[in-house]
Amino acid sequence: MTELLLIARLGGRRIAFPASSIEAVVELEGITPAPCAAPHVAGLAALRSRVLTVIDGLAALDLSRAGAEGRDAVVIPCEGHTYALLVEEVEDVIAADAPAAPLAAPVGAGWDRVAIGTVEIGADLFLLVDPYLLIAGPAANAA
Amino acid sequence: MDELLNDFIAETRDMAQALSGAIVAWETAPGDRERLAEIFRFVHTVKGNCGFFDLPRLEKLSHAAEGALAEVRAGTRSADTALVDAVLAVIDRIGELVQALETGEAVASEDDEPLIAALSGTPIVPAAPGAEDPPESEAKKAIRSIRLSVDLLDRMMNAVSDAVLARNELARRLRDAPRDIAVEAAFERVSACIAEIRDGITRTRMQRIDSLFAGLPRMVRDLAAELGKQVRLEVDGGDVELDREMIEMIRDPLTHIVRNAIDHGIESAEARAAAGKKAVGTLKVSARQTGNQISIEVADDGRGIDGEALVRSARSAGLLSAEQAERLSPAQKLALIFTPSLSTAEKVTAISGRGVGMDVVRANIERIGGVVDVDSRPKQGVRLCLRVPLTLTIIPALTISAGGQVFAVPRSAIDEILRVGAIRIDTVGAAEIATIRGRRVPLVGLATLLGVAADVADENQRIVLLKPAGGDAYALAVDAVHDHEELVVKPAAPAVMAAGLYAGTTLADDGSPILLLDPSGIAKRAGITLAESELHQVLRDTTEEAEAERETSLLLFRTLAGGRCAVPVMLVERIEDVPAGAISFGAGKLRVAIGDRILPLAGCDAAPAEGKLRILRLTDGISEIAYGFAEVIDIRAVPLDLHPAAAPGEVAGVALIDDVQVELLDPHWLFAAQGDAASETGAQPVCALPEGDPWMESMLRPLVESLGYRVVAAREGVAADILILSEEGEAPSPVKAGQVVRLRARRDASASDDSIYRYDRAALIGALSRRAANGGGHD
Repeated sequence: MTELLLIARLGGRRIAFPASSIEAVVELEGITPAPCAAPHVAGLAALRSRVLTVIDGLAALDLSRAGAEGRDAVVIPCEGHTYALLVEEVEDVIAADAPAAPLAAPVGAGWDRVAIGTVEIGADLFLLVDPYLLIAGPAANAA
Repeated sequence: MDELLNDFIAETRDMAQALSGAIVAWETAPGDRERLAEIFRFVHTVKGNCGFFDLPRLEKLSHAAEGALAEVRAGTRSADTALVDAVLAVIDRIGELVQALETGEAVASEDDEPLIAALSGTPIVPAAPGAEDPPESEAKKAIRSIRLSVDLLDRMMNAVSDAVLARNELARRLRDAPRDIAVEAAFERVSACIAEIRDGITRTRMQRIDSLFAGLPRMVRDLAAELGKQVRLEVDGGDVELDREMIEMIRDPLTHIVRNAIDHGIESAEARAAAGKKAVGTLKVSARQTGNQISIEVADDGRGIDGEALVRSARSAGLLSAEQAERLSPAQKLALIFTPSLSTAEKVTAISGRGVGMDVVRANIERIGGVVDVDSRPKQGVRLCLRVPLTLTIIPALTISAGGQVFAVPRSAIDEILRVGAIRIDTVGAAEIATIRGRRVPLVGLATLLGVAADVADENQRIVLLKPAGGDAYALAVDAVHDHEELVVKPAAPAVMAAGLYAGTTLADDGSPILLLDPSGIAKRAGITLAESELHQVLRDTTEEAEAERETSLLLFRTLAGGRCAVPVMLVERIEDVPAGAISFGAGKLRVAIGDRILPLAGCDAAPAEGKLRILRLTDGISEIAYGFAEVIDIRAVPLDLHPAAAPGEVAGVALIDDVQVELLDPHWLFAAQGDAASETGAQPVCALPEGDPWMESMLRPLVESLGYRVVAAREGVAADILILSEEGEAPSPVKAGQVVRLRARRDASASDDSIYRYDRAALIGALSRRAANGGGHD
């Protein structure tokens, strides 16, 4: 009934991902550029012997890429590839009190595409985000 | 074939096992449609598979069961107990037969007829005792194969790739560390083990292409029958091995190609007879391994591809303009079949017109790093060739740098590696063309293409000559070339592949990610679409310009003997008239005095009796020679086409200028011949002699001068290379002299004397010559 959520901060907001979709949280040491790749791709990184595709969270939201300061990355496997989603900070993993509530109103430019609900934990309200929609980047949902 | 049979046996046994539950359930509830469907599928699959093997008993049994079950499904028959029993008995028998296939035992009961008869409703005859045995009778031989989940295999493959990477890193560290023989020996052992494991795992991933080809006879037979054509299938090279993943990716494209061949390629028997061909068409499918590629060919002897029809189709679809159509080569016209949404089929048949066109075939093959080529002769047939890399995972590659980043290039696409300096580069509009040993290819700068700044100046770049499989060659300019490596390549995420430039990702020895470049993708992105003929036209123009530069500027003149002669203009310092009196024969050569210099004179044998002589003053930058002539004719810039002289001499050869033969002077020969007499315009060495010494003045001075010295009086403030003093004299100070030579009057020398006897000619000349050679001059 209650789901584990990963709480992170991105674009100034505190958001939640379903922990089941997340493999790990890492601090990336270096990002190798991938020239001409999709704009939300920050480059490549290595985790042990695996190549990660690094996604700039802000760029994936189509918000300005203000040079992500944080180095925290959320590792998300998706369709046979492993992605590292750059966020400002990963805060915690918490169990939700109650299931997520659907979105009542538009949540803002860029977020509308990826947000799937809101979650209340204690006194805090978090935006529940679908990590796969986020990874897909802006172009994928152009339709 | 053995492996296929094993697969069939394993598959059937597995299915039967999985079915056991369904069978029991069906027994209790024969009306359960889902159970029925499951059992139906089982017998249907067995029947289908039997088609490839010579298993008449199995085929008959499964066919009978399938028929009965089909009737139940269709509702024309009810699943009463009798039927259920009959079906179960057949399935049991199938299980026995399959088991017997594997172990080689004979089946206890040879008679299937009662079972089959039971299916049609006649009461079952009590089965032979053997049928009561459980299908899993004790096998004499051990089970020879296991079925494995692909995920598990992938995990193992990844782990082995990791091991290879770790081994490479260890190798690097060992190279830097101090040598330890014991450690190195242990490392070699680990290395060998890893190589062996990798080999084994690679073979688990490899599968014979037979698994692709096995389904073809059936498909061809069915299709041909359906379309009313007669086709004979020849299959060759089934034992070629391929990565299993690759095989799956080729399966659909191959199927489509075969279907196309039968549907559109091979004509009906009548049409073939009318064309003078055998009524039965031939379809040949073969696989071959060459180097690190597998090529699969599908060839038919049908009506061939009509290039013109394709062009017409493309024109009417608005995909080609009239002039583009004009310029297409026959091969390019054939390649039009790969254009999406283009079809010359009169009607889209259910067989091959399902919207899975040749463009999709090509895209699928290219996605795994392969190419598709088509060749056709009208009315004779079509040959399609698929070429795919041998293994998806470990690829030999060359690492290079561009813009400060390391990339990898598949070695299979590399023709050559060169330096920029070694080739000629022309700029044509916005494109650059490189000429490599006479071969012209487009030049692409990798850094520019990627939008990064090149680390290295243009002229220091290296050129990698690429020939992507099935594409045209081109040259890629990179900052540096590093190493040949065997890289474990994994597919890149779609967001990265979208760039169209990369074939995958890999990890360097130090663990950092490297992108593997896709040579065809790069060519496409760089817009290398210059057709062969365009390329040549464009280059013809630039070559003509270049040839214009190879002309030489010549001064044409008439010699004193009346002939036509020419000399390169840049050698002529000046043209002068000299009085006849200035010319005289001296010291073995004809010389002319000009100003305060004496120049050797060539071009005439003797001084004119009177008047003036016109001379060319020729210079080689250091010395000068005078060349007497009659008059100047012209100054021309012509490309030199020299017919050389028979022997070295003043004349280098003859050339045709304005349709007249002209002799060309050989300046090198002239200067070499006159060399020792050529007056040096450079500074002479200086010798200082004391004033007022008559012996020095009359005896020594000429000798010193003949050795090339300029003689000055040794006075205060004079700088000289060499100062010659008599024994008793003192050096007037301050005379700066490089060397002081003392001369003595007496022949004999005392022990501590380093003076030279003044009549010791050899020693004197020696000292003076040495100094002249070493010194320069003082100005």
